[in-house]
Amino acid sequence: MSTASREFLRNAAEKSADLVHRGIIRKGIDQYNAAAGRGRERFSDWEAARQRCHEIKWEAVNNLDRYLLEFERRVKERGGHVFWAENSEEARRYVADLATSRGVKKIVKSKSMVSEEIHLAPALEKLGIKVVETDLGEYIVQLRNETPYHIVTPAMHLTRSDIAALFKEKLGDVDTDDPPELVAAARRALRRDFFSAEMGISGANFLVADAGMIALTTNEGNGRLSTSLPRIHLVLAGIEKVIPRLQDLATIWPVLATSGTGQPITCYNTLIGGPRGPNEIDGPEEFHVVLLDNGRSELLADVSEREVLHCVRCGACINACPVFRTVGGHTYGTTYMGPIGSVLTPHLRGIKEFNHLSYASSLCGACTDVCPVKIELHHHLLHNRRDAVNASARPWMERLTFLMWGWAVKNPRRYALAGRMARTGMRVLQALKLDGTVLDPARAWTKNHAAPPAPQKSFRELWGKQNGAG
Amino acid sequence: MPKVSLFIPCFVDQFTPEVGLDTVRVLRRIGWEVEFRPEQTCCGQPAFNTGYWNDARPVAERFVNIFRSAEVVVCPSGSCTTMVRNFYPELLAGTPLQEEAVQLGQRVFEFSEFLVKVAKVTDLGAAFPHKVAVHDSCHGLRELHLKQESRELLRHVRGVELVEMAYSEDCCGFGGTFAAKFNMISAAMGDAKAGYAEASGAEYVTASDPSCLMHIEGILRRRNSKIRTIHLSGILAQTATFAERNPRPVKPEGAR
Repeated sequence: MSTASREFLRNAAEKSADLVHRGIIRKGIDQYNAAAGRGRERFSDWEAARQRCHEIKWEAVNNLDRYLLEFERRVKERGGHVFWAENSEEARRYVADLATSRGVKKIVKSKSMVSEEIHLAPALEKLGIKVVETDLGEYIVQLRNETPYHIVTPAMHLTRSDIAALFKEKLGDVDTDDPPELVAAARRALRRDFFSAEMGISGANFLVADAGMIALTTNEGNGRLSTSLPRIHLVLAGIEKVIPRLQDLATIWPVLATSGTGQPITCYNTLIGGPRGPNEIDGPEEFHVVLLDNGRSELLADVSEREVLHCVRCGACINACPVFRTVGGHTYGTTYMGPIGSVLTPHLRGIKEFNHLSYASSLCGACTDVCPVKIELHHHLLHNRRDAVNASARPWMERLTFLMWGWAVKNPRRYALAGRMARTGMRVLQALKLDGTVLDPARAWTKNHAAPPAPQKSFRELWGKQNGAG
Repeated sequence: MPKVSLFIPCFVDQFTPEVGLDTVRVLRRIGWEVEFRPEQTCCGQPAFNTGYWNDARPVAERFVNIFRSAEVVVCPSGSCTTMVRNFYPELLAGTPLQEEAVQLGQRVFEFSEFLVKVAKVTDLGAAFPHKVAVHDSCHGLRELHLKQESRELLRHVRGVELVEMAYSEDCCGFGGTFAAKFNMISAAMGDAKAGYAEASGAEYVTASDPSCLMHIEGILRRRNSKIRTIHLSGILAQTATFAERNPRPVKPEGAR
């Protein structure tokens, strides 16, 4: 069992029993569900919109080389820089070199999951560069020295009073649990950083190929401040974020907003294509885009798994996931949590170390139902499980169990005998009141389930009795 | 008389045989001849879902060979129906049985699906004077797109008061081997489901998947809850005048 797997089991056990956590998340997701439901109804045909988004992403991902080069060419034409990072290390080094060579002391960051993926902030802090998260949820988890709980709502696990206590301790000038006042306090603190930072880092919701622009969508306006006030704007984006055409945004932007939060459209939607032009009054002097591969090319090479790259990081699958609601976002121990994290992480970080995430699912399919780009998430979990077995990444006991299972079920007599032995064993344990104890081989089941005694006879035996020899 | 072949999932065969017997009773009552092919064992889903596709494949091939001559197959489980209809084509892709598997999948029906869509019967003359809530089992709901079928059948049962429970489409947490490997998560999900069932005021929770019910029932009992679970076939099998019209033994020895 891998270290990550052991840690997952430990944290999952703790969170599963945490009823306060369960209540907070249920409430948050109920609000999301109500809003997202209303949002989907605003579409004249939600299913057609999903299908269109699926097609847009399909076209982009299946012609990734062409669209990325087109994007790069147009950004460069406007005086921007594009850096292709093969892995986290290369991406971090590019950002660190840029910051140090330009004498950057402070960076303001708009939300970017790629920055979490490459563990950028700790690397920059080590060089003495202050990194300030400016998305309110990210700001809150940064003050708590935590990673985001959820890719869209990073502080979903916290209550108003948790945040009030945090701000009182960390910001000092606020002592209230009134949300508008708390937001005002964060804004006061962040404004100072926006004006003093030399560099702004953002993610990109989309890389628009035919426009050579990044499409950025935020609800707090922090994206615009991070990208226009500092001297340097650096964009971090996974290579899968490209879309072919500007007009695709007409469908995919509202679909993203609806799936993410239930909004018709996110509050601030910005297209940025380069540094400040000669006749422009604002914008950065330098514009850099880091395109991160970090395992995505390998996923692209795998035809049956390629559509995982369609993901637009809306978080809908996470909200729909009953396992996420039970174990919480931090239990995954990964940048991307929930169904998309359980599908993606084994590809990005290794099937041996992370296949347990693909098994930690009841395969209910709620994720697939809500995915706005129609990724068949729970089927990819099945594929990951198959790949884990083929890579010999599973415990030998499990291997042995299925060998025995196969031997039994390929023969009706052996199968019937195995069934009879199991039922008899269960009845004996139940009669001795030993079910659920350490002596019970089915303890994983019986410790949580009380059951009536196992039946004396199987269906086939009863059928034979009723209908002659069968 | 039209004829159906029974596909009895292995855990129904071994642990909830009454579900199989009730299924037979209902099918016979509406005039279908029922056969059971005793060579059948398991459809292969446990191995398939755990990633052991090479172990699941011969089991699936075996299944296809057993049922290839059956005209219509009925299964009292949405999950096992899904395995055959939705996953066999992928599991057996590139094998000589692929096409056969695809065709068989179109002839295998989940119990409520069969009654409403194939036999086109919604009133089975059943009587069950209780408050009942439906849990929408995941495979039936999301893979086979069944939701109204069970409710439609229940609405025609004498005495049933149908109530909706909150989050009826949330997974109960069973998930096959998931329930053993991640039992703390599975039990917590089941606990939430049991709470919604209790809050609904129902006396019984029904579903089209016996595995979900086995899980929910085990947790309800652990909570000392008064609610019980019953498979849809168990409700539909009960009639006020059943014994008069059917001289066969109603409760064979060994069944609950």
